[in-house]
Amino acid sequence: MAKESPAFKIKNVNLPIFIAHVLTPDLDLFKRQMTAQLAQAPAFFASTPMALGLGAVAEDGTIPDFADLAAFMRGLGTQLIGVVGGSEAQRQAASQAGLGLFPDTGPRPRLAPVEPAEPEPAAAASEAGTAPQAAPNESLPLPFPDLPLDPASPETVEPVPEIQAGTVRTTLVIDKPIRAGQRVYAADANLIVLAVVNAGAELIADGDIHVYAPLRGRALAGARGNAGARIFTLSLEAELVSIAGVFQVFEHGIPDAVRAKPAQVYLEGEQVVLRPLPPMR
Amino acid sequence: MAKVIVVTSGKGGVGKTTTSASFASGLALRGNKTVVIDFDVGLRNLDLIMGCERRVVFDIINVINGDAALNRALIKDKHCDNLFVLPASQTRDKDALSLDGVGKIIDELKESFDCIVCDSPAGIEHGAFSAMYYADEALVVTNPEVSSVRDSDRILGILAAKSKRAVEGLEPVKEHLLVTRYNTGRVAAGEMLSVDDIQEILRIPLLGVIPESESVLQASNSGTPAIHLDKSDVAEAYKDLVARFMGEEVPMRFVTAEKASLFKRLFGGR
Repeated sequence: MAKESPAFKIKNVNLPIFIAHVLTPDLDLFKRQMTAQLAQAPAFFASTPMALGLGAVAEDGTIPDFADLAAFMRGLGTQLIGVVGGSEAQRQAASQAGLGLFPDTGPRPRLAPVEPAEPEPAAAASEAGTAPQAAPNESLPLPFPDLPLDPASPETVEPVPEIQAGTVRTTLVIDKPIRAGQRVYAADANLIVLAVVNAGAELIADGDIHVYAPLRGRALAGARGNAGARIFTLSLEAELVSIAGVFQVFEHGIPDAVRAKPAQVYLEGEQVVLRPLPPMR
Repeated sequence: MAKVIVVTSGKGGVGKTTTSASFASGLALRGNKTVVIDFDVGLRNLDLIMGCERRVVFDIINVINGDAALNRALIKDKHCDNLFVLPASQTRDKDALSLDGVGKIIDELKESFDCIVCDSPAGIEHGAFSAMYYADEALVVTNPEVSSVRDSDRILGILAAKSKRAVEGLEPVKEHLLVTRYNTGRVAAGEMLSVDDIQEILRIPLLGVIPESESVLQASNSGTPAIHLDKSDVAEAYKDLVARFMGEEVPMRFVTAEKASLFKRLFGGR
């Protein structure tokens, strides 16, 4: 008898979804602001999967009515698919309401102190600001929202607040050239590239970026706000480098001390620093 | 096993069609039963370069739509008995090139041909995509200037990510670099990128260098693939290219400027 052909294949993938971090136990307030927020870009959020981040309300003992929240979100055109973090009781309630349970992504969502004077920049606003777009045709693993880069004003781009300093990251290793038009995003990971990264290519990592070949395209490390992230390359020829949203372009060329040399890029305060790597011997 | 080879570049005007015609002719001259397909629907040119434009009755879109059988659309080349041309449609638009339809044609051609050469249109749109999708090997045509190199880089990225071989996780498309319109004098003067510069960026094996030559234009206008031009640099370079493609070791010519030695300058030519 003929063997049945396989009906499915289970694969582990990283899909981009949005997290709506719940910052208040007041669900009426949450609903009102969410309605206003999603109304600004209804088409963009249409049928978009979204998870609720419960880190900020885990301690206060409230148990939201998840079935009601899911119905409410569906009414706005997005699908709640699960919760991230939260207390044991909250997670149990979410599970009973048919939501998936994601492990916590960190102790709690910390809002990046971009402007120390201001108490708390609104999380939702910054997410909407980095208008995501459809996956470019041949980006390697994942699409990533374009950071609003304006070469004319090398200012701080407000990072999406989700910092995991001190946590162990996985590493995405790529051994083929990254070519013009290609984009690689190492979500919540470090990125190691063992082949050339050409002009017009873009590397993005939530952690560090290592390029053991010439780096000629763009490299954005610490994309979700990790100011401790660094970029290392055997030959710095980049079009743009960015750490935690602070970026630098090289309109007048890369400084001689590091140009086409082994170098690292890191953040000192609000300043992108380019340093040659120490000689091997 | 039949091989599908796409001739592609990203940028227009670098010599894809000229190369497709000469490369396919060269393969046929070496005894491979070869077909060359024009994928530039709406802007067909290959038939002109091959000098068969007056014999086009049916085209690739007719075959895809089932208006004509494949063997009725194939045009036999006037120079080589074992070379055929499948012309593009002049009147349809590129969307008529369905990926399934192209796949069926290529499968059918594989049954009777050794080499299937796909002449890609410029750009990275649908036509270029359908030309490269089924490729086993790619001849990436690049001129020695930065924009052409950048576009070739882009095409290489697409080949590595979106070709059938990439999508199905098979062995990747085998990539070959062909530098055309190479002018050693201008390279020496720093006006053009050198082959080394290009390879430093693209990092794929060099299969050939075609020198810049006015005879290419004459060949195109007379409907004769440049490889048939007797004793021209271009014909020699294309023959070298085909030989290397067939696995022969042929030293790279036309890469360094001929340095006229004192002796030569005193006593003239060779």
